[in-house]
Amino acid sequence: MIRASTKFISANDIERFVQEFHDRADSASKVVRICIGTGCAAKGSRRLYELFCEAAKRSDQDIRVEAKCVGCHGFCERGPIVVVEPGEVFYQQVEEPDVAEIFRETVLGGRVERIVLIGNGRFDPTQISDYIVEGGYSALAKVISSMTPEEVISEVEIAGLRGRGGGGFPTARKWRSCREAKGSLKYVICNGDEGDPGAFMDRSIMEGNPHSVIEGMLIGAYAIGSEQGYIYVRNEYPMAVEHLKTAISQARDMGLLGKNILGSSFSFDIRINRGGGAFVCGESTALMASLEGRTGEPRAKYVHTVESGLRGKPTNLNNVETWANIPQIIKRGGEWFAGIGTEKSKGTKVFSLVGNVVNTGLVEVPMGITLRRIIDEIGGGIRDGKRFKAVQTGGPSGGCIPAEHLDARVDFDELTKLGSMMGSGGMIVMDENTCMVKVAKYFTDFLHKESCGKCTPCREGLSQMLHILDRITKGEGEVDEMEKLERLAELLEGTALCALGKTAANPVLSTLRFFREEYEAHILDRHCPAKECRGLFRYQIDPEACKACGICLKNCTVNAITGEKKVPHVINQEKCTLCGACWEKCPFTAVKKV
Amino acid sequence: MPQDKELIEQIIKRYDEDTGMLIPMMQDLQSECGYLPVEHLRYMGGLLKVPMSRMFAVATFYSSFRLAPKGAHEVTLCMGTVCYLKGAPGISEAICQEFHVEPGGTTRDRLFSFNAVNCVGACALAPVMIVDGKYYDGVNPKSALEILHGLQPTEDSTETDTKEAVK
Repeated sequence: MIRASTKFISANDIERFVQEFHDRADSASKVVRICIGTGCAAKGSRRLYELFCEAAKRSDQDIRVEAKCVGCHGFCERGPIVVVEPGEVFYQQVEEPDVAEIFRETVLGGRVERIVLIGNGRFDPTQISDYIVEGGYSALAKVISSMTPEEVISEVEIAGLRGRGGGGFPTARKWRSCREAKGSLKYVICNGDEGDPGAFMDRSIMEGNPHSVIEGMLIGAYAIGSEQGYIYVRNEYPMAVEHLKTAISQARDMGLLGKNILGSSFSFDIRINRGGGAFVCGESTALMASLEGRTGEPRAKYVHTVESGLRGKPTNLNNVETWANIPQIIKRGGEWFAGIGTEKSKGTKVFSLVGNVVNTGLVEVPMGITLRRIIDEIGGGIRDGKRFKAVQTGGPSGGCIPAEHLDARVDFDELTKLGSMMGSGGMIVMDENTCMVKVAKYFTDFLHKESCGKCTPCREGLSQMLHILDRITKGEGEVDEMEKLERLAELLEGTALCALGKTAANPVLSTLRFFREEYEAHILDRHCPAKECRGLFRYQIDPEACKACGICLKNCTVNAITGEKKVPHVINQEKCTLCGACWEKCPFTAVKKV
Repeated sequence: MPQDKELIEQIIKRYDEDTGMLIPMMQDLQSECGYLPVEHLRYMGGLLKVPMSRMFAVATFYSSFRLAPKGAHEVTLCMGTVCYLKGAPGISEAICQEFHVEPGGTTRDRLFSFNAVNCVGACALAPVMIVDGKYYDGVNPKSALEILHGLQPTEDSTETDTKEAVK
């Protein structure tokens, strides 16, 4: 196997490397790939790797088996994941005893085209040679040897790529503005501060295919005319930092980062910064403030960051997924990319499909697919045969979309029309047992805690909204409070300083729009229809289902339950404190929420 | 503190005395000391010519910085949307009650520091609890308490464990 110690000095070197690799590598006929992403590693995939290695060593001389650690597939819940080549045989939830069988049956004896996640699960993210052999850095070679910066930008423009971080701003336009901005010192930044709870596609890309992000940044820097890049990674993603560090140092050793890349006059290097754990730092100006060693407070954007960003220099910031798209666009052409997706939203999008669906995980789908197809076909529908209630997209600043809009096409503009947004691609499915007022309260509470406090509408407005929502979920809401919420929301949208504040009311507004009757039930009837808000529903024992076992009776701390042997038990509603202990303990699910 | 002066100088040199790298410097300091001692911040600020007000602003703005020593173990509970929907608040409540600790605080006997974070990006495993870098999936109040009761008051720093889990 060729070690990654070669230094590339011209554009042709990469191709030669691949050729040599194919010629020289006594390529193993069988490969076992074991996912070592955060999810699978937590379920013991490291140990599986060792077992496969041992099995490979013991195996017959004729069949060479190679065990490889690969990056996250996105099917974390089904982990540990093992894929056997050839044939791409996919194993889920592999346990140690399964190793012998898999080895015997498959080793000795998956549909939608992926763009961003193409490399995830295919090669070892800590081996640069794996990436190069699969065609990595050939886009960079193409750009440096045969394209002018303007041609690169045009190609991205033809592709119609829009920012994957949530805003959906045309990437090529951003690049061009930054290229044309005055000054010779320019920066490019990769925003890996994936703060949206419930979204982990960026983590998966940074862990599973860090070189695709680096190559994208190199191409962007070449087009813009920048020599220094930064990757800002969330503090909560230690493995992403580790893999990116390894990738950067390997790229440096091979002459793909640093001075005079591939023998050209183009120089570029990347530095990694770990975030400090502040959601607002995903906002571009706050992120730049954080990179300058200050508190992450956003500023008003009457001067765009492409003109005056990091340290007052023109700065181009893109999201991880946006950068990861670039090498593929250059390699396969903008036309090809533009052929996927809808009129105004091109390409694919990675969603993290989580919550109460059968199959959770990362899905990469073409833009324009309907929500219904994602949830029913890919997600396998709602868990435990329950009814679908809403899907929350776009992170804390997104909105909840109800069943009647499930046929909406997923692209930047459609979701905005529904009062939600694409965001970074979180997709949280909720079933009938989810209280929408409580969901709105959760997101408002989140944003209230994460508000940096610089501007008054966000700092005070969110605090007032949270106070009202809290009262409603406790059954203390007043009739006029829905209008109060709407007025506050309007104020926030119109006057907050940054995108966090401006969109902070979306969870409240979208739930008020689509689930108004739930708010009304809480306020007027003092009843929570989803039976989630404590105090706004009662517990009752179903006499048919009750086996009179006495378990609930023993567990009731206030002696509110009466009953004898063979007589169905009854809850005294006067005494009941609604603690829910009986409901939890009943082995026959005879205790019902009403 | 005297021997730590050298450490602080080293950290500053590591980043070419660039005040823009203040956050990475503080992160390094915290990983060495376990938290950010006020005297250390003062010394670092003095060397970098950054006023103490800004040192403090940064140290208190970002949730990953700690101004007080941490416990022998590091317990992180994910409060992301999916974990929240699947019952993380109940787990947090149970831990707080059982060990008399607040999110972001440390138990009185310094057994563990308890952090409730926004999302660790392992949503498919929800609810998730991380103890010294080891991920526990699908936890509930009972299993969480069982895990925490099994913790031993060791003097070893938890930093090494975290690094091993990463590799």
